[in-house]
Amino acid sequence: MGSLPEGMNNLGATLNAGVPISWYLILSAILFTLGVAGFIFRRNIITVFMCIELMLNAVNLSFVAFANQHKQVSGHIFTFFVMVVAAAEAAVGLAIILTVFKNRDTLNIDEINSLKN
Amino acid sequence: MSIFFFLLFATIAVVAGVSVILQRHPIASALSLVGVMGSLAVFYLILGAEFIALAQMIVYAGAIMVLFIFVIMLLNAGAEERRGRSWMAQLLGVPLLIAFFAIVGYALVGRFSGGEPVSFGSFTGGTAEAVGYALFTDYLLPFEVTSVLILVAIVGAIVLARKEMD
Amino acid sequence: MVFLIITLIKLAIIAFVLLTTLAYLQWVERKVIAHVQVRVGPYRVGPHGLLQPLADVVKLITKEGVMPPHVNRFFYLLAPFLAVLMALIPISVIPFGTSITLFGYTTNMELADLNVGILVILSLSALGVYGIALAGWSSNNKYALLGGLRSSAQMISYELPMSLAIASPLLVAGTLSLRKIVDTQAGYNLGIIPKWAIFAMPAPQIFSFIIFMIAAFAETNRIPFDLPEAENELVAGFHVEYSSMSFAAFFMAEYANMVTVCSVATLLFLGGWHPLWPAAYGSNFVAPLILIVAAGLCIYHGLNPARPLDRYTLPAFGVIFLGLAGLMLFPPAVPVLTPLFWFLAKTLFLLFLFVWIRATLPRFRYDQLMGFAWKFLFPVALANLLLTGFLVALVD
Repeated sequence: MGSLPEGMNNLGATLNAGVPISWYLILSAILFTLGVAGFIFRRNIITVFMCIELMLNAVNLSFVAFANQHKQVSGHIFTFFVMVVAAAEAAVGLAIILTVFKNRDTLNIDEINSLKN
Repeated sequence: MSIFFFLLFATIAVVAGVSVILQRHPIASALSLVGVMGSLAVFYLILGAEFIALAQMIVYAGAIMVLFIFVIMLLNAGAEERRGRSWMAQLLGVPLLIAFFAIVGYALVGRFSGGEPVSFGSFTGGTAEAVGYALFTDYLLPFEVTSVLILVAIVGAIVLARKEMD
Repeated sequence: MVFLIITLIKLAIIAFVLLTTLAYLQWVERKVIAHVQVRVGPYRVGPHGLLQPLADVVKLITKEGVMPPHVNRFFYLLAPFLAVLMALIPISVIPFGTSITLFGYTTNMELADLNVGILVILSLSALGVYGIALAGWSSNNKYALLGGLRSSAQMISYELPMSLAIASPLLVAGTLSLRKIVDTQAGYNLGIIPKWAIFAMPAPQIFSFIIFMIAAFAETNRIPFDLPEAENELVAGFHVEYSSMSFAAFFMAEYANMVTVCSVATLLFLGGWHPLWPAAYGSNFVAPLILIVAAGLCIYHGLNPARPLDRYTLPAFGVIFLGLAGLMLFPPAVPVLTPLFWFLAKTLFLLFLFVWIRATLPRFRYDQLMGFAWKFLFPVALANLLLTGFLVALVD
């Protein structure tokens, strides 16, 4: 097989052009906004918790994009710690949700609105 | 190629994200969130973060979301029922969200964009070796602190969720 | 462009070989269990039951797929799809041998050589829990839900000792790429002992190998850890509401998982495609020798047939084995086929171990199984990792 013809070389260059970093930041902002929307508008406590995880994921994408922009690995380290903290938070949060469900017998956050049982 | 893959996986991520907040059954939301995490893992690979991409799949999609799905199955959470919302929330909700997105987007793109475009292979410093080296030299203290944090979380979760022994 | 075409050809070959292997692995299992139990196993469908997998596939496809009305439709259909997806992807990062050069194109014998190959395998075994959990839950059946939750909890619990057992040879090898891990196991200590990870100095990984195999039995839901899916426990567990192709999908996923963990054990612990003793002492002739012995046995039993049809089928197999032996002795093919033979021999030996243990051991009760994971296997794996790290740091 010989080398590719001239037109295909240009096509290859265009196809590999690269995506500006601002596109990744906009995607991160979209996902973060979706997380905020779900957090405010949903009533099931587990779904609210999942929207928190969606927000954390959006922030992770921003960190990794910045690591790529500045060519440093510190962004990846931040992402690593965010993931670890999210794991710990998910474990404890879900245990709390289980306890709340055992006591109040509902998962609707509108009904869990008083300290007294 | 880069643009095609970015648009494809961005569409999947946004559609899955919208599905997380719009689905009525929590299990459908959880699986959509797994879809978001999967497409984000592809983005991390394109951005050169190979270790973080796989850590995301192992930790987030493979452990945390499984925990969510377990809890949903244990609590037998059913589909949310539609109840009346206040008219103010329905009127102001979406415009406020768009305003919020505009502010966040402007802040991010206005101040932090620039630099060379991202293409697959432009950043090769995200190997496991690089991440491990940074974790054990520059970021050793946060590393040890987070391991204590995980231990505290394990003990807390077990204490909260166990059955009371009489 | 050339890379794309070569990858597509490799993909077609690997997919075809994998799917055929999955079907015939079931034949091997049935035959081995049958002979352990002093009976014959599949015999009538084709010579020595070799067409039995084909008959099973035809039966499963043409069987009526009953979807009960009370199931959650979307997740019921999604679950076997997820299970098979997560089971078939890991084969793409497993290297089978050295590089091969045909018609002027050189390529490695694997689909994708990733820097972080072993993490891909870990992540896909973590994601494999979804298929089972969703299958159990969507069936809307308390036995299926209990079986699904038990099986998922078992798989998650045994992921921990498995990950720790994988981390120990990674410390010795110093890299996450599967091909480079096998490359560190080339060569021989003292001229005759292979540098496989289980013999590695300063830290022989024999305990990691045992822990990994035990955890692999639990991850793939095989006996002695198959309580969540056994037929006489919990009415077959999470797949009780599935029939025909969905049921076949779960079993294909289980066999694919078995093949994956045996291949990973071969690559990490048993030295991949490197032979047991150096080629200078004749290890290149092991493959033709085994094939010639097999051919001799087939022809001998064909000449003194135990059953009437053996007079024709067994000599035919003997001739095929002789042809393969000749191929293994063909000089241009030796550097390509011999590593492949060693890799396949080790993986097939581990698969035989899986089947042998299935035929021999009874199954654990669920609380025994979980107690074993958390109270014994996890601390032992942790201690093993600490010891390995200490020894590696001491020597370097």
